Amino acid sequence: MTTYRFAVSVMPKEGILDPQGRAVEGSLGHMDLDGIRDVRVGRRVELSVEAVDESAARGVVDRLAGELLANPLIESWSVETLGPVGAAS
Amino acid sequence: MSLAEPPLHEVGDAPGGGEADLTPEPALHRALGLTDHELEEIRARLGRDPNDLELAMFSVMWSEHCSYKSSRSLLRTLPTAGEGVVAGPGENAGVVRIGDGLAVAFKLESHNHPSAVEPYQGAATGVGGILRDIFTMGARPIAILDALKFGDPADARTRHLVRGVVRGVGGYGNCVGVPTVGGELVFHPSYASNPLVNVMAVGLLDERDLTRAAAPGPGNLAVLFGSTTGRDGIGGASVLASATFGESHSADGAKRPTVQVGDPFAEKLLIEASLELIGERLLEGLQDLGAAGITCATSETADRAGTGIEVDLDAIPRREGGMAPFEVMISESQERMLAIVRPERLEAVLGICRRWGLPAAVVGRVTDDGDVTVVSRQGVGESGTPRELARIPARALTSEAIVYDREARPPTHIRRAPAPGAPELPHDGLPERGMDPGAVLVALLGDPNLCSRAWVTTQYDATVGTDTVEANERAAAVVRIKGSRKALVMATDANARIGLIDPYLGAVTAVAECARNVAVSGARPLGVTNCLNFGDPERPEESWRLQEAVRGLGDACRALGLPVTGGNVSLYNESADGAIAPTTQIGIVGLLDDIEQRVGPAFRAAGDLVALLGETVPGLAGSIYAEHAGTAPDDRPPDVDLTRETALLAFLPEAATRGLLRSAQDVSGGGLAMALAECAMWGDIGADVQVSVASAPAAELFGEGPGRVVVTVAADHWGDLHALALRHELPLRRLGTVGGDRLRITLTGEGATGAAEGRGAGVADEVDESLAVLRHAWQAGLPRALGKAG
Amino acid sequence: MVFPGSNCDRDALHAARLAGMEAELLWHEDPDLRGSDLVVLPGGFAYGDYLRAGALARFSPVMGALGDHAARGGLVLGICNGFQVLAEAGLVPGALLRNASLRFEHGWVRLFVARHDTPFTRSVPDGAELRLPIAHGDGCYFLPESELDALEARGGVLFRYAHPEGNPNGSARDIAGVLNEQGNVCGLMPHPERASEALLGSDDGMLLFRSLLESAATRLAGMAA
Repeated sequence: MTTYRFAVSVMPKEGILDPQGRAVEGSLGHMDLDGIRDVRVGRRVELSVEAVDESAARGVVDRLAGELLANPLIESWSVETLGPVGAAS
Repeated sequence: MSLAEPPLHEVGDAPGGGEADLTPEPALHRALGLTDHELEEIRARLGRDPNDLELAMFSVMWSEHCSYKSSRSLLRTLPTAGEGVVAGPGENAGVVRIGDGLAVAFKLESHNHPSAVEPYQGAATGVGGILRDIFTMGARPIAILDALKFGDPADARTRHLVRGVVRGVGGYGNCVGVPTVGGELVFHPSYASNPLVNVMAVGLLDERDLTRAAAPGPGNLAVLFGSTTGRDGIGGASVLASATFGESHSADGAKRPTVQVGDPFAEKLLIEASLELIGERLLEGLQDLGAAGITCATSETADRAGTGIEVDLDAIPRREGGMAPFEVMISESQERMLAIVRPERLEAVLGICRRWGLPAAVVGRVTDDGDVTVVSRQGVGESGTPRELARIPARALTSEAIVYDREARPPTHIRRAPAPGAPELPHDGLPERGMDPGAVLVALLGDPNLCSRAWVTTQYDATVGTDTVEANERAAAVVRIKGSRKALVMATDANARIGLIDPYLGAVTAVAECARNVAVSGARPLGVTNCLNFGDPERPEESWRLQEAVRGLGDACRALGLPVTGGNVSLYNESADGAIAPTTQIGIVGLLDDIEQRVGPAFRAAGDLVALLGETVPGLAGSIYAEHAGTAPDDRPPDVDLTRETALLAFLPEAATRGLLRSAQDVSGGGLAMALAECAMWGDIGADVQVSVASAPAAELFGEGPGRVVVTVAADHWGDLHALALRHELPLRRLGTVGGDRLRITLTGEGATGAAEGRGAGVADEVDESLAVLRHAWQAGLPRALGKAG
Repeated sequence: MVFPGSNCDRDALHAARLAGMEAELLWHEDPDLRGSDLVVLPGGFAYGDYLRAGALARFSPVMGALGDHAARGGLVLGICNGFQVLAEAGLVPGALLRNASLRFEHGWVRLFVARHDTPFTRSVPDGAELRLPIAHGDGCYFLPESELDALEARGGVLFRYAHPEGNPNGSARDIAGVLNEQGNVCGLMPHPERASEALLGSDDGMLLFRSLLESAATRLAGMAA
C-alpha cells in the first residue's frame, strides 16, 4: 500500500451566479488594479489516500469529490495529483 | 524546551560572564513582560528562583488581563451584596435568583486588543469566551448583547473593523444558536486605534444546577474536554522558542500574539455536553479555559477549593506537534473546559463527551498540597518516574498575585456638572438664529451614533430560541421564560462622551441610564455587570480616571440599591494618538414578573396623552447635539440626580403593574426630540406636543439630561398616573397628544424666543416633520456612513 | 431530528407540541424514526455548515431511515438548515446558495401560499399570507432554468416571498419553499416554529403545524376506515 496526496478544486459551475467572485472583482478597484476580470471563488481540498496504486487512489478521490466535496448541481470539480507521500508505515 | 537546555543569554553577554548570584537569564522575565520588582515578588512566593516554565506561567497569570493587578484594590470598594445574589464577583459570572427555583447568570467581558488585530476572530472569540463563562456555571445561554465602539466611520480602516467585528459577532452567535438581542454601536475618534468589543451574555438556570469553578476532593480527576490544544494566543512568551533573542527586544513592545481562532460549532457541542454533564450531576466543579489556558483553569479551581492540581503534560490532547511545555500550559486555544470528576464517574463523563464528538482526556488529579504542579515523562520513558517541570502554589498565581496601588493624579483641567440649584447660564443653544430645529432633528436622526442600527442587527439572529419578545432598536431587550409568566429584560449602556469630561459622572450616567432602560419596560433591575475600558494605568492621570469611574460606579449602584455581580477590566487601550475616552460599560438584567404587563416604547393610538416624567437638566456638554452644534466654553455635562433615578425605578414597575402606561421611552441620546421621534416612528403614528422652554431651546429639545421618560397614557388613566407620580415625587408634565402622521413639537415659554426672534412671534420655529422624512433619515444613517455591508 | 450543531430543535419541538402534536427529539445516530408520522429537520448549523450547509449532515446514519420514510409517503418538513440538508440529500430539488447580499439576513418576511391542497398548507385560509422570520446566510434557492419551469409546472413551488417585505436572499423566482414530486416532503427557508405565538410577533407558523396534524390524523382515519 502507498499513500498518495491529491488536491480537489471545487468551483461554481459555469453559468452559476458567483456573488463572491463578483464581490472580489468589485473590490479590486479600491486597490487601483485594472485589467482583472471573470473572478470566480471556489474551494480546494487536500487529502492523502492509501491504496494499492495511484489509479485505485484516484478512484477513491473521484468518488469522494462527486458525492461529498462538490454538489454536482451547482459545482464542478477537478483533481490534481500531488504525488506519493511515502511508504505507508 | 526542557530544563536540560542551556539557559538563554542576553545577546551581547560574554560567555560565562555575569555574577554568580544573578539569575541565569537576566532579561528573560523582562522579555515576558514581568518587571524586576515582579521577579522579586515571584522569588519571595516560591522561596527560590523560578525556572523558565514557571516564569512563563507567572507572566501570563500576572498580566493585567488575568490578574487585574491595577484595578483589584479599587474593585473591592464596589457594593456586591444583594438579596438573591447567589454568585458574585470572583466567580465566572454573577448569578441572581428570580423565583420559581430559577436564577439568571450574566456578565460583560471585553475582547478589545484581539479585535483590533483580527476583527472577525477577535469578536468571535470574545463571544465564545463570555458564553463559556455563562454555561460553565450551569446556565443555558439565552441572549447576547454586544457593545461596539469604533473611530470615525469616514476612515476606511474603521469601516473595515466594523464589518469584521459585526460579521464575527454574528458568525459566532448565530452558529451557536444564542440570539443577539441588543447592544450599542458608538463612534468616537478616541477609539480609532483602539476599538472596543464588550460582549454581555445572559443565561438561565435551575438553581440546583449552579456549578462552581472549584477543584475539591484530593484524588479527584481533572478532565480536559473540548477542542485540542494548539498555539493560539501565544504571544510574548514565544520569545522563549525564538532563536533570535535580540529581535524580540523591540522597543515598542508590541508583541503580536498568534491570533485565537474560534469554532462555534465546537462551542455548540460544548454547551450541550457541559449542560448534560451538569444535569446528570457528574461534576464536582467546572471551569472554562480562557486567558492563560490550562494554567489559569487549574490554578483558579485549586485556589478556590484550597487544594492543588497535578497536571500531566503528556496527557493534554494537542493539535500541533513539537509543542514546548510552556506553550501547552499557556495556550489560549478556544472551546475547552476543565471538569473536576470523581474517579467512579469518569466513564460516564467520557461517554457523554464521546457522544457529542468532543475529545476528552484525564489531564491531572486534585492534590492536597495547594500547588499547581506540572509533570511529564518526556525523556524518561513510559515507565520512568515523571519529572516535575513546575511547582507553584496556586494562590501565588491567582488570589495572591501581585496587586498594585497605582499612583493617581487628576489631570490639570477638569470639568464638572453644575451643582444642583446653581443658576442656569442662559445662552441661545441653537447654533444660528433661524436654524430650523426640525432640520437639527433630522440631522441627529441620521447621525451614525443615533440612527437605526439595522445595518448591524439584520446580521444577527435575534429570534432563535423562540423566547424573544423585543430585541434591538429598543432601550432594552425582553426575553420571556417558557413555562412561566416571567421575562428577563436586559440592556447595556455607557457614556464615554461624558466620561471624557468627567469620568466619575460618566460612570454614574451610564448606570442610571442602563437601569432606566430596563425599568421603562416595567421591569425591576436585579444587578449590574460592568466592563471598565481605560488606557495605561501606569500613567497617573489614567489611573485617576479609573479610580473616579469606579467611585462613580459604586456610588450609583449604592444609591440605586443594585449589587455589582461581576465584571471585567480592560486596560492599556491606547496608542501613540492617546488613550480611549474613559468607557464604563454597564450591563443590567431586570425581571418582569408578568410578561403581559410589559410596556413598549412606541406610540400606540390616536388620542393617547403624551407626557414627560422628570424635568430638563441643564448642560449640553457631552451630548451628540454638542458635537454638531458646539457648546459654549463654560458649558458642562448634565448632572445626575440619583434620588430622582431611584424614584423612577420604583415608579415605572408600579405604573406598569397597574396598567397605567400605554408606552414608555427613556430620554437619552439626541434628547427629548429624538425620544419623541423614536416613539412615533416605531409606532407608525405621529404626535402633537408643546414643550415649555425655560432657558435654551436646544437644552429642552436635544439636551441629554438624565432622569426623564416620555410616556403615553390613555386619557382616562391620566388622573391615576399623575397621582402615582406625585406619590413618588416625580414631576409629570403633559406635552400633548398622539395622532396623525407627523411629529409636531411647538416651543412655548420665555426661552422660546431664540431663533424666530426676528419674526416677533415670541416663539421659536417649531418641529414639524412627517414620519416618512424622519424614518428616511433614521434608516439612511448607517448605510451612508458604512457603505453596503458584505 | 437533531444533528450536531442543530440549534432550532427545541424550538421546533415547542411549536409542534403547542400545535397538539406528540413530539420528541431524534438523534442523528438513531437507527430508526420510532414510528413517526412526521419528521422535522430543524434549523441551525449542522456540522457548523462546514464544507457546504447540509453537506455533511446528509450522510448521518438516520438519513437512510428518513429516505425510506419519504419513499413510503411519510411526511417530512425541512426548515432552514433542514431544507439545506434535504436539498443536499436530493429529497427535494434544488440547492441553497449564499445570500445575494453575501451577508447573514435576519428579519421578517411574508409568504404567498401557492397551493392549499398539500399536507403542509391545507389549514391555511385562502388568500392568507404567512408572516415568518428568516435567519440565514445561505438561503438563495437555485435550480437550472429549465428545471425551474418543470418544478412550477408540477406544482412543486409551495411558498414564495411576497411584498412588501420581498425576497431577502435573491432566490430564483422568489421561491421560499418547495415540495418533492410525491408531495410529502417540504423544505422552506423561513422559520414557522418561531412564528408560533402572537407574543413572539406572529403565530402564522402554527397554520403549517396544524395542517400537518390534520393531515396525519386524516391519513390515520383513512387507514382505520
